[in-house]
Amino acid sequence: MTDGHIIMNSTPLQALTEDQLHAYVDGQLSPVDHAALQARLAHEPLAQATVLKWQQQRSALRCLYQDVLIDPIPAPLMAATQHGTASQQNVNPWRRWGGMAAGVLMAFSVGWLANSAWNGQSPLQPSSAVVAKARAAQDFVHQASFAHAVYTPEVRHPVEVTAAEQDHLVQWLSKRVGKPLKVPHLGAQGYELVGGRLLPGEAGARAQFMFQNATGIRITLYLGAIGKAGGGDGTRETGFNFATEAAIPSFYWIDQGFGYALSGLVPRAELMQLAEAVYRQL
Amino acid sequence: MRQPIVDQIPALRRYARVLTGDAWAADDLVQDTLERACSKWRLWTAGSDLRAWLFTVMHNLFVNQIRSAARQMQGSTVDIDDVAHELPAPEHVMGQSLDLQRCLQCLPADQREVLLLVSIEDMSYAEVAKITGTPIGTVMSRLSRARSRLQTLLDAPARSAGPNPISSTPVSTLHRIK
Repeated sequence: MTDGHIIMNSTPLQALTEDQLHAYVDGQLSPVDHAALQARLAHEPLAQATVLKWQQQRSALRCLYQDVLIDPIPAPLMAATQHGTASQQNVNPWRRWGGMAAGVLMAFSVGWLANSAWNGQSPLQPSSAVVAKARAAQDFVHQASFAHAVYTPEVRHPVEVTAAEQDHLVQWLSKRVGKPLKVPHLGAQGYELVGGRLLPGEAGARAQFMFQNATGIRITLYLGAIGKAGGGDGTRETGFNFATEAAIPSFYWIDQGFGYALSGLVPRAELMQLAEAVYRQL
Repeated sequence: MRQPIVDQIPALRRYARVLTGDAWAADDLVQDTLERACSKWRLWTAGSDLRAWLFTVMHNLFVNQIRSAARQMQGSTVDIDDVAHELPAPEHVMGQSLDLQRCLQCLPADQREVLLLVSIEDMSYAEVAKITGTPIGTVMSRLSRARSRLQTLLDAPARSAGPNPISSTPVSTLHRIK
């Protein structure tokens, strides 16, 4: 046993200790011990239930504030490191540079913020139609997040039609949303189809497909017509957008007047990969 | 020396954000950490784990903050558990992640720290023991308490908003009487 690993008692009759279960959940067992414990858990439903709860906690915690990891570092924090490393060298010039860098960064962010505020509101640039479309996309992702939040925690009725009747599900939902649909395969990413359901949207019916991975994490693909039914918005397309509505991260995009949103409490990079996989297959 | 520290900032910010539950408090803690680390950088042994060292610096600052906050509150200390029911309850399931953050803040700080270092930062139990300056046995018992307590807290609102519309449980039983 290597020193980095928690050593498991090899006597098979010995009761499992909590420490072993923690080490299992946290991936701190050696591969051999991990496999052994996994096999043993199959016969210990109580321990298995505990492990499952802890795994869910762990992955939910890992999803918290993912966005902070990719946010630009605030200027005062950058300045703090500059100030610090200054003390080992020549203090004054470094401090000045630090202050200047912070000033430049600040000016840049103020400019950037002002710019984005203009883009949102200026009567000069975007027409009210563009604003309305942006609003429609925002509403769409909001509804997607809401549907995700409502249905994914469901234990008994997460979907209306299960994956077992996939053909029927696809046929039915295609008919209702008025467009031939395809269910993307996300098996390569570890997600299997749970099923789907029909939901109300502004311009008619919308569909939600739910997927789940081995650890019980669920993601949903929400899709349907966006904006006014049959309106001039039909050809509108967007690239990938990211939003966190109601604390649920989503990637969403619009293609030929049809909106798609992939939502789930998974790290942003993983969600992005999943969204790309969906996009490629649709 | 500077770039390796800068590389650690996003992880430090994120950890501090979850730990303190507050964006401003988190960045203050990170800023203090960076200033302290950079002014004491000679205490860091070159070649050793910079990340672990930065987290140790942050841990010490965090513990000091809590101690001085506790001193200020002396005479009027309130067990957070006693006021937990007064904290805003999630209106609906939408608040899953908000709910998790709320429950997390109900854990004692030392348990929360261990849980987060292990779960979010993927640190080994030995590393966490070193950072928090406690024996590994203490790390394990804090982790264990944190997980079971967090589960209890997370399950609590789910039960009160359960599918049974005819709840025979009067609302007043939510108030804990000591």
